[in-house]
Amino acid sequence: MKVKMLSRNPDHYVRETKLDLHRVPRNYDPTLHPFEVPREYIRALNATKLERVFAKPFLASLDGHRDGVNCLAKNPKSLATVLSGACDGEVKIWNLTKRKCIRTIQAHEGFVRGICTRFCGTSFFTVGDDKTVKQWKMDGPSCGEEEEPLHTILGKTVYTGIDHHWREAVFATCGQQVDIWDEQRTNPICSMTWGFDSISSVKFNPIETFLLGSCASDRNIVLYDMRQATPLKKVILDMRTNTICWNPMEAFIFTAANEDYNLYTFDMRALDTPVMVHMDHVSAVLDVDYSPTGREFVSASFDKSIRIFPVDKSRSREVYHTKRMQHVICVKWTADSKYIMSGSDEMNIRLWKANASEKLGVLTSREKAATDYNQKLKEKFQHHPHIKRISRHRHLPKSIYSQIQEQRIMKEARRRKELNRIKHSKPGSVQMVSEKKKHIVAVVK
Amino acid sequence: METVPKPGSNVPPKKDRLQAKKKKPRRYWEQETTGTAAGASPGPPHKRKRSRELRPQKPKRNDTSKKFRISKKPRELKSPGPQRTFSGAQDPFAGPAPVSVEVVRKYCRIDKSKELPHAKTKTRSRLAVAEAQEEETSVRAARSELLLAEEPGFLEGEDGEDTAKIRQADIVEAVDIASAAKHFDLNLRQFGPYRLNYSRTGRHLAFGGRRGHVAALDWVTKKLMCEINVMEAVRDIRFLHSEALLAVAQNRWLHIYDNQGIELHCVRRCDRVTRLEFLPFHFLLATASETGFLTYLDVSVGKIVAALNARAGRLSVMTQNPYNAVIHLGHSNGTVSLWSPAMKEPLVKILCHRGGVRAVAVDSTGMHMATSGLDHQLKLFDLRGTFQPLSTRTLPQGAGHLAFSQRGLLAAGMGDVVNIWAGQGKASPPSLEQPYLTHRLSGHVHGLQFCPYEDVLGVGHSGGITSMLVPGAAEPNFDGLESNPYRSRKQRQEWEVKALLEKVPAELICLDPRALAEVDVISLEQAKKERAERLGYDPDTRAPFQPKPKQKGRSSTASLVKRKRKVMDQEHRDKVRQSLEQQPQKQEKAKPTGARPSALDRFVR
Repeated sequence: MKVKMLSRNPDHYVRETKLDLHRVPRNYDPTLHPFEVPREYIRALNATKLERVFAKPFLASLDGHRDGVNCLAKNPKSLATVLSGACDGEVKIWNLTKRKCIRTIQAHEGFVRGICTRFCGTSFFTVGDDKTVKQWKMDGPSCGEEEEPLHTILGKTVYTGIDHHWREAVFATCGQQVDIWDEQRTNPICSMTWGFDSISSVKFNPIETFLLGSCASDRNIVLYDMRQATPLKKVILDMRTNTICWNPMEAFIFTAANEDYNLYTFDMRALDTPVMVHMDHVSAVLDVDYSPTGREFVSASFDKSIRIFPVDKSRSREVYHTKRMQHVICVKWTADSKYIMSGSDEMNIRLWKANASEKLGVLTSREKAATDYNQKLKEKFQHHPHIKRISRHRHLPKSIYSQIQEQRIMKEARRRKELNRIKHSKPGSVQMVSEKKKHIVAVVK
Repeated sequence: METVPKPGSNVPPKKDRLQAKKKKPRRYWEQETTGTAAGASPGPPHKRKRSRELRPQKPKRNDTSKKFRISKKPRELKSPGPQRTFSGAQDPFAGPAPVSVEVVRKYCRIDKSKELPHAKTKTRSRLAVAEAQEEETSVRAARSELLLAEEPGFLEGEDGEDTAKIRQADIVEAVDIASAAKHFDLNLRQFGPYRLNYSRTGRHLAFGGRRGHVAALDWVTKKLMCEINVMEAVRDIRFLHSEALLAVAQNRWLHIYDNQGIELHCVRRCDRVTRLEFLPFHFLLATASETGFLTYLDVSVGKIVAALNARAGRLSVMTQNPYNAVIHLGHSNGTVSLWSPAMKEPLVKILCHRGGVRAVAVDSTGMHMATSGLDHQLKLFDLRGTFQPLSTRTLPQGAGHLAFSQRGLLAAGMGDVVNIWAGQGKASPPSLEQPYLTHRLSGHVHGLQFCPYEDVLGVGHSGGITSMLVPGAAEPNFDGLESNPYRSRKQRQEWEVKALLEKVPAELICLDPRALAEVDVISLEQAKKERAERLGYDPDTRAPFQPKPKQKGRSSTASLVKRKRKVMDQEHRDKVRQSLEQQPQKQEKAKPTGARPSALDRFVR
């Protein structure tokens, strides 16, 4: 007879002293872990609920401006520095860690229309209603010195926007036409126009740095190549585009913030169909900015809210609003992709978390592991109806909520009409037009 | 010092290099016989190293035919041999260590045989990634088996000796002192036949006698936790999620005691309870009553979740399926019905015996169910969809109590005898031909349970409690986060909080516990249909072919029609070909198998 009994030595399973960690032997045999899926599901449900409980995105409000904030700019070399221009011509430089204004400049008479920093972070440019372009030093003047711009360019027409080249000493302004300037000269290197209308914004492509995009109030988006004297091509939409923003990771993708409450992500190579139509705002979209990862962007709207969209989704994943925030005019995603800043009509700049429930500060390794695990679980069970409902639910102010209802009814009516039209006309004569194609009027080359 | 050759870091000295090139070092499991030679020669370390290198070599890759490396990259499969580095040193164990396929299969969670509905490319690629990850995890889990500390017990007879003849006294004599202490008898003749229950960690034992005697003890240290007499008949006894709570089915009502014997609750809505089962992950106490009701009591909030009328008279046979928490009830008409609190009707009804069902047991993998009936038969059923008997055996007396162990041993109590049958492994059913062990007790068996994580079978009988030694019954390696027999009080409290946080709702009990992680094809199709109805058209259908306009006069109406017709015909031909491919299989089946065609074939349908 050969016999062996299961006999464990307790010393191998119990800690030796109180200062030791408890011994936890593991065995991954599935029969020892029954109900793996239901338990994971419950964990995912709990994680989703906790995410909503901890969703406190609002961090700080920077106040000090005496008129609505019209434009914002990031400093490419310093995460903590932010520049803002107001409607009374005042420019303020803020320190985000201290949440204080560190410098105030009376830059223009009338609005500060545009502000941008140089790629080196040592100076910045502003344009205003007083038909001037001014270059300022980022550091304040030394003691006794007066606050004066480095250079001032007097133009003939009003400039409405400015953007700096990402590598060279060249910047572009827009107004009646798109001008490209050398920093050393007082006359533009070249001016480009296509049609006669005021251009509201111009943006350099961060990867293909010779490319520019602009949008004008005659409803078109025009693309330029700096090396050519003429524009490349343009796309005409249903309504006017307020701003565009290039994807910092994909050179040919840009997103346009439109007056018809939508945002359109375009592939530069095929402008006749947008890659994605992002619909959730209930009023004109005024500004858009990409996260440095290029996976998401944030949009500011006239409906007093900002929304965060994934690039490949047509619906937003997040909406931020407060009771006091008025029409949001400008929005920026910080370079560490953790925060969002929004400047609004009621003179405040607000600082938000990009992930509403993220814990700030240093995480211990266990905390990190737990959040990673929960994130994965949420991802795994995201399509389950109960979890989906909880994770999608957002409280909305009454104005936005009722607007959404109203627009849903309008949209449904339009769709019904279209269906009826198809039904009662000769088969094939009236086609269903997809949402993507609906808003594009023409592409001109 | 003896060192393991590392790739690239240390080149063997010149003298040894030649040998090193010829002879490949071996993994320690490849050869066991020559180990004694190396171990027996006590000498200076450098000598030992030499003797190790001079060992005779086995033929190359002798046992690797069974094993293969499971890895995602195929090129690693191609080059399993040692690889050269810049220094000329060879990596003797190049690539990942081999894992056997059977072990990986044990940890595999996805069923690849299931066909998924047609999906978009993006979804399909995402599914492929998820599947690859699942495979990777199962390989990793299989690799971690190397770290398991304990080996299961066993009992083997020498050359044809029948293990069933081996008595408990022989086993106690043969095993070590700690194991021998696990065999004990409690002589409690006064308070009648006993029911017993081990806690989930296998550390504590509770028993209750027909005449009201209830006791709980730490049976390993034999420390008594409480002992009371409830002055009422005790029908069944169960630990709740931890050893601190105890449910006792008394003559009238269900009572809950703590580990000091203090009565905490008296649940009057559960009356005349005959059997108790606790579902630990759902925190549900299932009670079967004389009145024919199956009641689920949520012990975490104290509410009755469901009270189901089985409509089969007195319920006295109940067990749970530990794999999916479905309750099996045995009835006096020979059927076994499967219940979930989410349904008012039984999920399945199986006709198992002629005459009543006396006992039911389900194994830990949820694959096999053992039943015994008044017709003196013991049957093993397959629970994976077919519910067909796998094997049957007629017993002289018929078994009144059945229990499965963690490793798939089946114990049956017949009168005052306990028989135990064993199978090949954990997932295989026990073979009913030859018993593995038998034992005669001093009284009639009234309750049976294998102790979790210990090679012990607890038997409650009319003469008291007997703790039998059954080598190879229990899972040797427990998981510390799931149920740890050596946990401290603090650890238990922490575990309790975590377990309560992830309490599975009662509605999720169904036959397939993995259903939540699978694609719900039916509701998917339904949603698609509803969307098509709502939109007025199906967005997933392909648009009809529209010929591209061509130049140089080739875009005439005639040519357009011709090109359209060409595509249409091609599609039609494909459709016909597909249907033809399916048809001949049907015809072949219909043909007679005879060699010569007969005139009567025309009448064959």
